[in-house]
Amino acid sequence: MDRVAIIGASMTQFGQRDAWIRELLAEAGQAALADADVSPDEIEHLYVSNMASGEFEGQTGVPNALAHDLAAMPAYTARIDQTSSSGGAGVYAAWQSVASGASDMTMLVGGEKMTHRSTAESTDVIASLTHPVEYKHGVTLPSFAGLTARLYLDTYDAPRESLGKVAVKNHKNGVDNPHAQFRKEVDLDTVLDSPVVADPLRLYDFCPITDGSAALVFCPESVAREYTDDYAVISGIGGATDTHVVHERADPTTMGGVVNSSEIAYEMADLEPDDIEVAELHDMFTILEFLQSEDLGFFEKGEGWKAVEEGVTDRDGDLPINTSGGLKSKGHPLGASGVAQVYEIYKQLIGDAGKRQVDADVGLACNVGGFGNCVTTTIMESR
Amino acid sequence: MSDEQPAMEAYRYPDGSITYPGHPVGPDGEEPVGTVDLSDYTATVLTWTTSTATPPGVRQPNTLAIVEFDVDGEPVRAIGQVTGEDEVDIGDEVRPVYCEELREPGAGIREPASQEWDGYRFEPL
Repeated sequence: MDRVAIIGASMTQFGQRDAWIRELLAEAGQAALADADVSPDEIEHLYVSNMASGEFEGQTGVPNALAHDLAAMPAYTARIDQTSSSGGAGVYAAWQSVASGASDMTMLVGGEKMTHRSTAESTDVIASLTHPVEYKHGVTLPSFAGLTARLYLDTYDAPRESLGKVAVKNHKNGVDNPHAQFRKEVDLDTVLDSPVVADPLRLYDFCPITDGSAALVFCPESVAREYTDDYAVISGIGGATDTHVVHERADPTTMGGVVNSSEIAYEMADLEPDDIEVAELHDMFTILEFLQSEDLGFFEKGEGWKAVEEGVTDRDGDLPINTSGGLKSKGHPLGASGVAQVYEIYKQLIGDAGKRQVDADVGLACNVGGFGNCVTTTIMESR
Repeated sequence: MSDEQPAMEAYRYPDGSITYPGHPVGPDGEEPVGTVDLSDYTATVLTWTTSTATPPGVRQPNTLAIVEFDVDGEPVRAIGQVTGEDEVDIGDEVRPVYCEELREPGAGIREPASQEWDGYRFEPL
């Protein structure tokens, strides 16, 4: 079977940008085309991962706008919105377009423009994904994180410091990512003394609000060889949902969407959790790194925190997690994040991750929307 | 419950399960067969948080809890605000207390007419 390859990638500077959504998407799109040495008229499908350009900026129709700005007409376009997992869902759509034979050259660009809004406004745009019984109580994604973190610490007798160590690790990794919003180490005391946002979680347990964009170029492996020797392949991918109403889940410390999407991806790739050598997880909040590392099968339930304590997930550990700095230090432009996760794994697998480089031939990206409501897990291998 | 206060309505499904809120079909895919007014019951705090960064129209700080009711042996969970400045802890018993406006309609992004804004807070016993 002709596998789906990624032959080029880009990401813009993440952070507070002057550019608006159209400009951010075009910046990443042009850079990815240049990286892949593909001309715009070769693009058959063009997907845009974006959660809320209409709500944030009053700009809708961004896929068509991007097609025009890249001179990629008459490429088929679609916007992929799956909230925070729009990027992962875009990877799925792009993979599907090539695997099905519908397209021999697909580009995916994910992006979001957020920082012109206040923190309260941005929080509300994101919280608009919640059910009415949640929204009317003022429930936000950070409050879900606080509720779940307290339950996790209580259930598994984990120390509060272990969550802080996720932030310390990912900030340390982000120092070597030139595109990251924050390239500054933080120490544990700083994390633990930062202002409370959703008790027991504090400011440094949360990712920032970010502008940015990232892009990937996909084609069949047989086509990839015509362009480059440096490509990676998607060997497994799965998407899954969990309940819309978060409190209805049987075990609030388990993300069913992560469990189910990864089972599909592992089966497709014919791999086990132990085979994964580097992973990018959706650390929108520090607690999410524990939940995903367990629900992906890397560690037993309730033991993800021990792996962080023991340095297993450090860049020089047995299973490096979030070598990019994660959403935590890299930033989280909603629609871009899942694309930027795959960008990092791609760079690791082709040996182009610079100071962040680890020794890996198999990598995994897990992109989470809502509070585990929608999830895409992607497994990639070097050629 | 007085006549002015609407029920805290949960749906019961053929397999015996109960959800709050109700859904067109239950976990097993079957339509509901009845309702339960959770305001007639007390609940136990499963977890809680105090959110200090609240969105427009929401009180600040906003203490929230996920609680679990026991309806004749069937567990039913709900999420909601905790009354006043009360401290709660995991395992505490609470009762639902009606509130006419939990959040200012129209202050946030959600269309005011698209949903209800009243509901039940949880008061520690």
